[in-house]
Amino acid sequence: MGKLDGKVAFITGAARGLGRSHAVRLAEEGADIIAVDIAAQIDSVPYPMSTPEDLAGTAKEVAALDRRIFTAQADVRDEAALKKAFEQGTAAIGPVDIVLANAGIGPVALHDDPRRLWQDNIDVNLYGVFNTVETAVPSMIDRGKGGAIVLTGSTASLLGVGGPSTSTLAYTASKHGVLGLARAYANTLAPHSIRVNSVHPAGVRTPLIVNDVMERFRSQNPAVASPSANALPVGMLEPADITNAILWLVSDDARSVTGVALPVDAGFTNKK
Amino acid sequence: MGKLDGKVAFITGAARGQGRSHAVELAKAGAKIIAVDICEQIPTVPYAMSTADDLAQTVKEVEAAGGLIYAAKADIRDRQALTAALGEGTARFGGVDIVLANAGIFPVSLHPVEEEWQDVLDVNISGTYNTVRVAVPLMIDQGRGGAIVITSSDAGITGIGGNTPGGLGYTASKHAVVGLMRSYANILAPHSIRVNTVHPCGVATPMIINPAMQELLASPDFSGEGMTNALPVAMIEPVDVTNAILWLVSDDARYVTGVTLPVDAGFANKK
Repeated sequence: MGKLDGKVAFITGAARGLGRSHAVRLAEEGADIIAVDIAAQIDSVPYPMSTPEDLAGTAKEVAALDRRIFTAQADVRDEAALKKAFEQGTAAIGPVDIVLANAGIGPVALHDDPRRLWQDNIDVNLYGVFNTVETAVPSMIDRGKGGAIVLTGSTASLLGVGGPSTSTLAYTASKHGVLGLARAYANTLAPHSIRVNSVHPAGVRTPLIVNDVMERFRSQNPAVASPSANALPVGMLEPADITNAILWLVSDDARSVTGVALPVDAGFTNKK
Repeated sequence: MGKLDGKVAFITGAARGQGRSHAVELAKAGAKIIAVDICEQIPTVPYAMSTADDLAQTVKEVEAAGGLIYAAKADIRDRQALTAALGEGTARFGGVDIVLANAGIFPVSLHPVEEEWQDVLDVNISGTYNTVRVAVPLMIDQGRGGAIVITSSDAGITGIGGNTPGGLGYTASKHAVVGLMRSYANILAPHSIRVNTVHPCGVATPMIINPAMQELLASPDFSGEGMTNALPVAMIEPVDVTNAILWLVSDDARYVTGVTLPVDAGFANKK
């Protein structure tokens, strides 16, 4: 008997990395999954983004657990596409209990075109999260059975990290914005017993971080994060570490937890 | 197979309320329990505090759940008593992995006295400091990491508690233990010992459910407006705090440290 038996989770950025980890683990606990991902490249992003094959890979892993999964390619910046994916997903799988606004792009760029970088970061990481919640919430309210939403922030939501490059400034701003959304939504949705929290990971071993471009960027900008920056003696976290926190947050074990910004960061935020 | 198999947990204030809930549930998860409680009245506290019978009841419930427990009467203001209790417990169970600094008082009523300020600081701050200070050298020597959770309160992150010496002292003490946590989290991280705080809203325990508190809540001077939770629940259950602690002290939270975790039905975030 899993902790999420009978639940349906709507997860963005589910093709790989953290999103895939969440999809598989929540399915292990009994949830069925509606998984979306852009599964395509954004021009200004210099590291390889996810592909349709990645999204199919997530579907395969969830299906192997005997759980149902609906996948759709959708850009979280595209309100209509997201709405269509959500409607088709709920028609196929069922009404949604859990929303993981996980899709995001990283703080790195090869060229420093301030306006484009800034806008893409804000659009994907902040507006995309807003779109995700706004898409899911009306049906959750109508259904009247409460629910749990987790927004994926970052240590960059809580600290001024990253130095003066436009890409890290945009990332930090967008991730601070996600924290604000979580706090506001927690208040507006509480009367409906819909809990809203945010998680704030330090560096996690996923394709967003582990790629040639990011390696080069980090060596040029040590302020972003180095292995010795965490308090606990660990360099990078594993996706499972973030997933475990989210699993607890969306389960009934955390039924009275809302409006919380939860760092999962090996003590990075608190370190001096 | 329990998530805390092979672990030993040191829990203060374990005679009843949240402490008893932690003892029973951690035992069910496989941990051996070293439990202490003052089991006595402090004069400035306006509600009946725990007794030896309460602590015996905790022992009974842990054992009924199949757990192992060593329980001792100890006032956390008394570092020697704590050292003796922990020493005996770790000798029996082979060390200590988890510390729940849960014991605390809430000396708030319609009849405040000046002395309640010092008592609440002594118990809630110095007692918490003693608890951690006594356990840490053992944990470092053991070299197998560990997890410490200090029970703070919504009063540790917001300005609530009222305008009496005890209420102001409560809020100051619950903020203070956050400072202890943040420093200890940094100091102990190289030893893989994680330190966090939990911040409950009102929990349905004898510390809140008693005649003195009822009198306070019924008083026309008491403005309860700013005191409602965001989620539609007036008080949470001890098990809600225990569930958060269970997650924090398990390997599922192996990289979570230096965190203030509200378990509070959205109270702190509410505007």
